Amino acid sequence: MTDVADDTTALRGDSVSPATSKPQAPAAGRASARPAGPGPGGRRRSRSSVRMRLEILFFVAPALLVFLFFVVWPIIKAVQFSVYRWKGYGPLVDFVGLKNYASVLQNDVFTGAFTHNIIIVVLSILIQLPLGLAIALLLNRKMWGQGVLRTIIFVPYVLAEVIAGVVWFQLLQPQYGVIDTILSAVGISGPEEGWLGTPDVALYTVIAVLTWKYLGLAVILFLAGLQGVPEELYEAAQIDGATWWQVQRKITIPLLGPTVRTWAFLSMIGSLQLFDMVWILTQGGPANATTTMATFLVNEGTKRSNYGIASAASVILFVVALVMALLYQFFILRRDVHDTPRKKAKR
Amino acid sequence: MSAGTMTGAPITPTTRQATHTPRRKRQGGGNPLVYLIALVVVAFTVGPVLYGVLGGFRTNAQLADKPAALPSPWVLSNYTGVLTNPDFWQYALNSTVIAVLTTAIVVVFGMMAAYPLARYQFRWREPLFMVFVLGLLFPATVAIIPLFILITKDLHMGNTWWGVALPQAAFALPMTVVILRPFLMALPKELEEASLLDGASRIGFFWRILVPLSGPGMVTVGVLAFVGSWNAYLLPLLLLQDDMKTLPLGVADFSSEHASDTAGVFAFTTLAMIPALIFFLALQKRIVGGLQGAVKG
Repeated sequence: MTDVADDTTALRGDSVSPATSKPQAPAAGRASARPAGPGPGGRRRSRSSVRMRLEILFFVAPALLVFLFFVVWPIIKAVQFSVYRWKGYGPLVDFVGLKNYASVLQNDVFTGAFTHNIIIVVLSILIQLPLGLAIALLLNRKMWGQGVLRTIIFVPYVLAEVIAGVVWFQLLQPQYGVIDTILSAVGISGPEEGWLGTPDVALYTVIAVLTWKYLGLAVILFLAGLQGVPEELYEAAQIDGATWWQVQRKITIPLLGPTVRTWAFLSMIGSLQLFDMVWILTQGGPANATTTMATFLVNEGTKRSNYGIASAASVILFVVALVMALLYQFFILRRDVHDTPRKKAKR
Repeated sequence: MSAGTMTGAPITPTTRQATHTPRRKRQGGGNPLVYLIALVVVAFTVGPVLYGVLGGFRTNAQLADKPAALPSPWVLSNYTGVLTNPDFWQYALNSTVIAVLTTAIVVVFGMMAAYPLARYQFRWREPLFMVFVLGLLFPATVAIIPLFILITKDLHMGNTWWGVALPQAAFALPMTVVILRPFLMALPKELEEASLLDGASRIGFFWRILVPLSGPGMVTVGVLAFVGSWNAYLLPLLLLQDDMKTLPLGVADFSSEHASDTAGVFAFTTLAMIPALIFFLALQKRIVGGLQGAVKG
């Protein structure tokens, strides 16, 4: 009882600045803070707010400094490099204005790379969305080995893109690779130069491998989204005599909307930055048939030391990603924000 | 997030099983078909991985003769060849150290930054948080060229563990703060009041109460940072050479240098993927949970 009383008075005394006690010894701090701080409230408050600011600084500064130094600063530098012609040595003196941007945008390799990125964005969503949705709907029921199944489906996503790429590179070897062997067993012969060596099919082969790698992520996320669909809705639909397919089409898929839209957003951003898989499978070849914006800028930056050109390309890549993100946010994700009140109003 | 699952967990499974199992069965519509489709999906998913693992037990002659066949006889020389290769162990060491450093920086700094952003009241709180949110928009690819110059030419950390770990952590921090902040906000305010009543400072509250209670959140962001670092390719590719390379670089090199030694490449990739797979299987729920958290925003 006395303890409680003591604590409440301590609280009253210290409530303005609970932080005046010493961090290392809280028990001692309470004892020493009381005699030390019976001054006027105003002074105490300002001291405590100074102390709070110091605490905030102490907690946030390390993360903020690392972030500013290794993320913000390099990005500012990228913008700066992009208006100079610079080969990586000597001072930045050869100011060229927007010439680097003009030359990047007029470069057939870059516009090709941009087109490839867009094809990958669109096809990834068009292929993985129906496939992932179908698999998730089929697996979203009590069945034997469900947990194991979910683990297995997720395995390709956890592997490094490099490791998956190296394995697939071997599988896709012309003639000796296992893919061609299996196909020839059923009477199909792959392209002569190999799936990755023929310009017309190389990009689609890369997309097929990407589908293999990332389909599991879509399935897992959709399955998680399905768990959020209230059971009562199924029951109500069933009482009304809805078939399984009707339930999926009218209830499950619409309610999965937010999950699908967010997944598509992540998929889009990932496709725009694609580098690892392409670098391992084709290095952007054959004949630049599989370049992406990222392989273009790494090529220019590291192999040719055209830092100005590479930086201009990276700024363009960022602007493209930002514009697409904003458009997506505006036209598609916005629905998620507006959906809720509208539905409530309907009810 | 955690509070909801904790209270919800004991009730839902029992009710679900009681009421819904029969319904699901009735609605199933051809259960054998579902299992067949599941089997096809599994075959497509693990087929290539399994082929690589088994391919490591074959000779190149076997692989060339019958690409789609089981090992006969089983050959261990590819795997022992990789395991006795000092380069492999050097790469594994580099990968481990860089991933541990990255994870440590991300978890410690991320946790510290998320604390005031979640539980202090101050004027610049939301703008400060927005700085990290905006960081999500900047992929490492965009900054890769200046980063390369900054680290190799300005800091002379080119070919070092820290030179890779620091920028990797920096790019992982926004996601960490974005995941941890709502997590810390969700912890009940009474905890804070009670510990302040007992005379703890806010820093004391952070160390004694918040950090121990945030275990699940820290594991989630830690796992995401670790796997991200373990699998990273672009930044190490530009920054690391020779005996500082990480496993992904080693795998890619081995694959291009020994392109004709298919069995050796399979053995090397298989051994390189094992740590990530074990780590994933052990912490699967956390990875999936973290990704879901990220998707739900």
